[in-house]
Amino acid sequence: MLAKRIIPCLDVRDGRVVKGTRFINLRDAGDPVERARYYDQEGADEIIFLDITASVEKRRAIVDVVSKTAEVVFIPLTVGGGIDNVQFMHELLQGGADKVSLNTAALNNPNLISQGAERFGSQCIVAAIDARRRDDVQAGKTSWEVFSHGGRQPTGREVISWAKEAEDLGAGEILLTSMDADGTLKGYDNELLAAVTNAVNIPVIASGGAGKLEHLYDALTIGQAHAVLAASILHFGTFSIADIKKYLSLKGLPVRPVTGNKDYDLREEFLG
Amino acid sequence: MNEIVIVDSECANLNSICKAVKAAGLSAVITDKPDIITGAKAVIFPGVGSYKHAMQVLEQKKLVSPLLASINKGTPFLGICLGMQLLFTCSEETHVQDSTNKIQGLNAIKGLVGRFSGDLPVPHVGWNKVRPVAGHPLFYGLGNNSYFYFTHSYYVIPENNENILAETSYGINFTSAVIRNNLLGVQFHPEKSGPAGLRLLSNFGKIIAGKEQ
Repeated sequence: MLAKRIIPCLDVRDGRVVKGTRFINLRDAGDPVERARYYDQEGADEIIFLDITASVEKRRAIVDVVSKTAEVVFIPLTVGGGIDNVQFMHELLQGGADKVSLNTAALNNPNLISQGAERFGSQCIVAAIDARRRDDVQAGKTSWEVFSHGGRQPTGREVISWAKEAEDLGAGEILLTSMDADGTLKGYDNELLAAVTNAVNIPVIASGGAGKLEHLYDALTIGQAHAVLAASILHFGTFSIADIKKYLSLKGLPVRPVTGNKDYDLREEFLG
Repeated sequence: MNEIVIVDSECANLNSICKAVKAAGLSAVITDKPDIITGAKAVIFPGVGSYKHAMQVLEQKKLVSPLLASINKGTPFLGICLGMQLLFTCSEETHVQDSTNKIQGLNAIKGLVGRFSGDLPVPHVGWNKVRPVAGHPLFYGLGNNSYFYFTHSYYVIPENNENILAETSYGINFTSAVIRNNLLGVQFHPEKSGPAGLRLLSNFGKIIAGKEQ
């Protein structure tokens, strides 16, 4: 059975990780390579780098970050943030990224999804969607609006229709962030997750709102997400990936084991 | 030649495979030169993306005969993901406008490549268990249910059961590793499967070393 994936997301600016307080054992907690390796060893199923570098000129730093990470981390790497052309996708994938996550640029030019999927395959293309709730109290209806530019600009687009369009264009996964839940530590927006997972037939990664272990469980069950992205709870040490996987496993969800799996004893043999 | 030859089929993950092969303690070189492939002591044949495009690339680079020559003379050979699928007779992976025609593969293993159907999301993305159907050195030390990383929409259906090396469940039981003499193939990505993947690559290295003795 397919395991539920736990995915740490690292925000990277100018080649440095910007969040995190618990990494007293790392020589350089701001080094994305060290941090990715740390999470890999903890049992992460995948790593996402979100590049929040402001200036276009400095964006090339992320290619170097990916390339160095791919030399020591042998789990899937996804890169998002500012990717607006096929050539840049190619450089990231060549460097060792497995997937690129497209957001604002795909809203401006949806063909970017199909161009990427045709050139590299759908499995390389993740459509990232930032969603904000719009409750229509009078009609008793809830819908969600897509925001672009890191959640700063409303687009007028409805989330479910954009998710379906992204799937039709060739996206292989959807990374769905609830802007309402993000940073609250009060749980994912499971209603949003369920609405999108039921509307598309590609995997959906839940993002935004995790504060307790049960929040991750709820996103994977009520929200029917296929994977959960976590940032603050991991970076600030509220829980380790082992805590999360143990909890989910006890609740009956399939996860890739972190400990007690002899594969993990082999690690030193290969990576020293 | 002391190195494993990784066939340059212009797919995006060549460097990832090369890095993982090196981390598993083996040496490798990426090439699209026919004579180097024919003369290699071992070949890794990766691939991601479209079946049709990959076959076109192999034909343009004149790699079809060298690959078959290498397979037929008993060179240890490992196909990965689309690389494994290309070893089969043909694929149903077509564009809508010519959906009646199947795309011909290398036909080194008899069988078809078909698309997942049913209620589960496609592509099949993530970590899933791989169950070897019989003991084989490729899975040495990996147990009967190790997790490996998959990302694919199509899967192979060998005509002969003896070509099935391992199976995985995703709605159906599908073939996740194949064998025909020296020829091995895996649907998952060992280069992205953490320690289990490195172990499998290291095992492939031991198969090569055993062959040399």
